[in-house]
Amino acid sequence: MKTKLKEYKFLFSELVKRDFKKKYKRTVLGMLWSVLSPLLNVLVLLLVFSQIFGKNSPHFIIYIFSGTLVMSFYTEATQGCMRGLMANASIFTKINVPKYLFLFSKAFQAFINFLLTLGLYIVFCIFDGIKFNVNMLMLFYPIIMLLIFSLGVGMILSALFVFFRDIEYLYGVFLILLNYVSAIFYPITIVPEQFRKIFMLNPVYVYIHYFRVVVIDGTMPSLGHHALCALYALIAIAIGCGIYRKYNHEFLYYV
Amino acid sequence: MPIVDCKNVSIRYKTGDLKAIGLKDYVIKKISGKYKVVEFWADKNVTFSLEKGDMLGIVGTNGAGKSTLLKAVTGIMVPTEGSVTVNGNIAALLELASGFDDELTVRENTYLRGALLGYTKEFMEKKYKEIIAFAELEDFQEYMFKQLSSGMKSRLAFSIACLVEPDVLILDEVLSVGDEGFKDKSSRRIKGILANGVTGILVSHSVQQVRDLCNKCLWLDHGKQVAFGPANVVCNAYSAYLFTPKDKRKLPENEEELYKVSDDFRIAWRIGVKEREHPENFSYEIPKNESETARIWRLLNIVKELSPEERQKIADEIDKKR
Repeated sequence: MKTKLKEYKFLFSELVKRDFKKKYKRTVLGMLWSVLSPLLNVLVLLLVFSQIFGKNSPHFIIYIFSGTLVMSFYTEATQGCMRGLMANASIFTKINVPKYLFLFSKAFQAFINFLLTLGLYIVFCIFDGIKFNVNMLMLFYPIIMLLIFSLGVGMILSALFVFFRDIEYLYGVFLILLNYVSAIFYPITIVPEQFRKIFMLNPVYVYIHYFRVVVIDGTMPSLGHHALCALYALIAIAIGCGIYRKYNHEFLYYV
Repeated sequence: MPIVDCKNVSIRYKTGDLKAIGLKDYVIKKISGKYKVVEFWADKNVTFSLEKGDMLGIVGTNGAGKSTLLKAVTGIMVPTEGSVTVNGNIAALLELASGFDDELTVRENTYLRGALLGYTKEFMEKKYKEIIAFAELEDFQEYMFKQLSSGMKSRLAFSIACLVEPDVLILDEVLSVGDEGFKDKSSRRIKGILANGVTGILVSHSVQQVRDLCNKCLWLDHGKQVAFGPANVVCNAYSAYLFTPKDKRKLPENEEELYKVSDDFRIAWRIGVKEREHPENFSYEIPKNESETARIWRLLNIVKELSPEERQKIADEIDKKR
């Protein structure tokens, strides 16, 4: 068991190295770019929407950045995972390896980018005059849950992608929709009170909301909100693992 | 305790429209009733077991289920029925050069492949130099993989998988890698590994190779197990089968028939050698410019007509020669 873990650790680190090298083609700008792109996204949204929504929302830039931070990680991780299994078809049809490691590598890569962007986010918070409060230390909780959730969704998508090749495009469309319904660039207050509960059905919004409550309001989300964060993550990862358990040896028929 | 134990292994294989289909096509084909998935038994009731030091050759015509069986042994596929037990770690060489990454260097690919085969980091660091030296790629370590020739790629793949001492070595049509010099080297290497008591499985289209390297042989035909036994017996019977014209081919149905056919082939081969050496000793006319296949087929027919005494005489002669 211990040697197996050691083996997998080595394999995981080699896969991560490969994915990094391939993605950034060994250029410095490549890495920088993936941090810059959410930043540019924030600036564009700010430019467009601050006139409309900015006046009544305090720390509107952080409001937008919170949404973009979570959303860009979710997008990168799930899209990376989705293609991750198929991209390694030539390997898993020839060598018996744990297939989920291909996805872990992709999610890990997205997570590194997330942490870099998070650093930038903190810098923005400081400049925007946000005071440090102890609740912020709890941010690790939604981050871990978001990671598990994205991995779970990624596992589901990667299996679907092996079965149906046009999932890639359908998911692209879905992501655009998700962007609109996650209250990233508009304040949730423009939504009538009675409809706000519906937003809680959207896991990505749940994680974004956690960030905003802690960072902008400086308070703690309710216990129920914590439970919701965990619930979505567990459901996604359970379905993902279930699919992998069931179809582990079926994938090779579809590639 | 057997190292590899396959019990009644049957594998149901699927193919058809399920490959590379989009959701849209799937729905359209489903509705119009054109969605077709073909299922068949790639392997049916295959049973064999290998002890430490055994080298098994798997022979059979195309589509016999050889590669699928190997996939079950390596754990890439699970048998639909029956069981495969492997005691020890496996180094499998299936379609060698695939699975490398064109965008990585030779060094990076070596480490990645090592990791994929389940070696540890320390182990790879220790063996890396040796691997590169064996593959004769010392000057290409920092080259992008896409810049290598296909021979170089195969050499590297072979070196990585063979420079470790696995408990079970699986070789799928890999001994024809590289130039003549490398072929010799790799063949020696494999013999060396086998001499150390490693258990091996070899899939080959060359019966001669199976005779050279293996002590046991499994003959598959359209997924069915025709025979499993000593390599020389099964190889003889399989050779006889191959030398028979397609429309007259018949698989041996039981052990008795297998040994009979094997013996026929042995005797036919012996007569063939004698014919060539001393054509004057034969009462019948030997056709000129006859192809090898036709010759063996003619001789096999002659052997069938021989009386038991005559057969015995030739058989004794062959055994005496040994």
